[in-house]
Amino acid sequence: MSAARKLLVFGGISLAVCGMLYGLHYAIFIEHQTLDRLGGSLATAFVHGAERKLPDAHVALAAYGATKYDYARQVDVHSHWIGLAMLMIVMGVVFDSVGFGDRTRYLIALALLVGSVIFPLGVILQTETHGGAFASVLAVVGSGLVIASLAAIAIGFARQTN
Amino acid sequence: MAVWGPHSPLGGEERNPADARARAASGPPVDAGTTFLAMSARRLLVFGGIALIAGGMLFGDIFAVFVLHQNGGQTGEALLAVTQAVEAQNPTAVNDLFTSIGGLLEDRGTKVDAHVHMTDAGYLALLLALIQPYVALTVARKKFLAKLFITGGLLLPVGIFLIHYVGLAYSPFTVIGWASVLADSAGALLIIALFGEAWGLWNHFRSRRVGTVEPEMLHDRSWERRTLLAGGTVLVLLGFLHGAWYAKVDLYEHEARETKILGAMLDAAAGNNAAAAGQSVSDYGALQAEKAVQIAAHSHIIEFGLLAILLSFVQPYVCLSRMWKRRWVTMLLAGSVILPVFVLLEVKFGLLAGGIADAGGLMVIVALIGMLAGVVRYTGTLDVEPGGAA
Repeated sequence: MSAARKLLVFGGISLAVCGMLYGLHYAIFIEHQTLDRLGGSLATAFVHGAERKLPDAHVALAAYGATKYDYARQVDVHSHWIGLAMLMIVMGVVFDSVGFGDRTRYLIALALLVGSVIFPLGVILQTETHGGAFASVLAVVGSGLVIASLAAIAIGFARQTN
Repeated sequence: MAVWGPHSPLGGEERNPADARARAASGPPVDAGTTFLAMSARRLLVFGGIALIAGGMLFGDIFAVFVLHQNGGQTGEALLAVTQAVEAQNPTAVNDLFTSIGGLLEDRGTKVDAHVHMTDAGYLALLLALIQPYVALTVARKKFLAKLFITGGLLLPVGIFLIHYVGLAYSPFTVIGWASVLADSAGALLIIALFGEAWGLWNHFRSRRVGTVEPEMLHDRSWERRTLLAGGTVLVLLGFLHGAWYAKVDLYEHEARETKILGAMLDAAAGNNAAAAGQSVSDYGALQAEKAVQIAAHSHIIEFGLLAILLSFVQPYVCLSRMWKRRWVTMLLAGSVILPVFVLLEVKFGLLAGGIADAGGLMVIVALIGMLAGVVRYTGTLDVEPGGAA
């Protein structure tokens, strides 16, 4: 098995385990509490509205917005890490069909691995620093690496077919 | 040190590494039966994987037709009732209504999660089937891990599905019910199985030992395989491009709009402006639909791409005529495009587009079951042949 295939298969399995461990940890320790907070803040906002305490209602609504922002990203990280891991393992199996030299194939595999790790990492870091530049850059660079490497793989398959 | 080679005619484990090295040196086998032995880990994972994917998709289609829109309508009605309770200055009714909205959202969320986790466990099972030649463990351990994985993959969505119905009944915990415990335990089974597979891979790459002698899956350059491979890669790429586009253009705008609409709904209800509150509830429903179709299109096109790539490896084991194999491949790829495209068009064209999207999902399921029937036929033929895999 070539170094590129090893990188993809091992990297993919490791990433899948990380994604699942994160999901298990999230489901046990965070998700229920987050959902309670999410529903609670929205209900509180409308209860305050019924009591005609509008400033308090809008504070509760802002808290709902912030919790929803975190919740969407926390769920996204779990699904994207596992999804990207599966993609890496599949590509690892079929990577010899990519019509490039060994060195280029290794670089494409490395780009896919790095992108698959840092794209969801950037997304989860956004929950620590809402709107933080570093986290957003990490997510954008990561997703860019995944797309570029995937495009290269598609071209590689086409070259092999030809 | 390679771990693949001709399978022991006794079907047992290779006990002498020197023998295994000698066998491996003689080259890979040409007998297709050795790549798909009866009750081997690989066969369990292929059957279990395809069955989980087909089951998960069927559940998703049933959910989309019979639950999704009805649930959305009920949530909208409950939200409208909330604004009326705010107008009537009745905080108790607001709290009660939010409890029922929470129930509706849990009902919807757990069904979506059951669908996603069942199909994803199926994908992972197919992936594990592919890497079996590199998992240097004994036959018994590989079979045990395969059974563990399929069991976890089945129990996880069942547990998630039951969360809404079981709730906190008889639970000793404050927020986690027995169904959640079942789901989390099944998730732990999947993780243990994956750790075991990773350990087998590690053994192989470190060349510490020779485990089961097992050849790689058959590779061919057939039209079906190439079409599924190329089509699948293009689908995945399109899905990523769509996801990047959504994150850049819509994600933040949707999040900002949601808070804005809820604020306007609150102000209108508190100001006894029923018409404006009603409009805000409609806007909120439209926004939720807009978000849902974008996310569904993104996830489905990528998952179908992965499925196509995975099924390209199974093609040598689909015992059907060339015409039927091509029909299933074409139907699978067509359904994989129709579903996400028409899901996206649902916001514009309503239920008509939704119906076509559901038909696309059904095409994928039918193609999948057609291929599974071909694999069953293949294994049947293999197992009854004299000196076959049985």
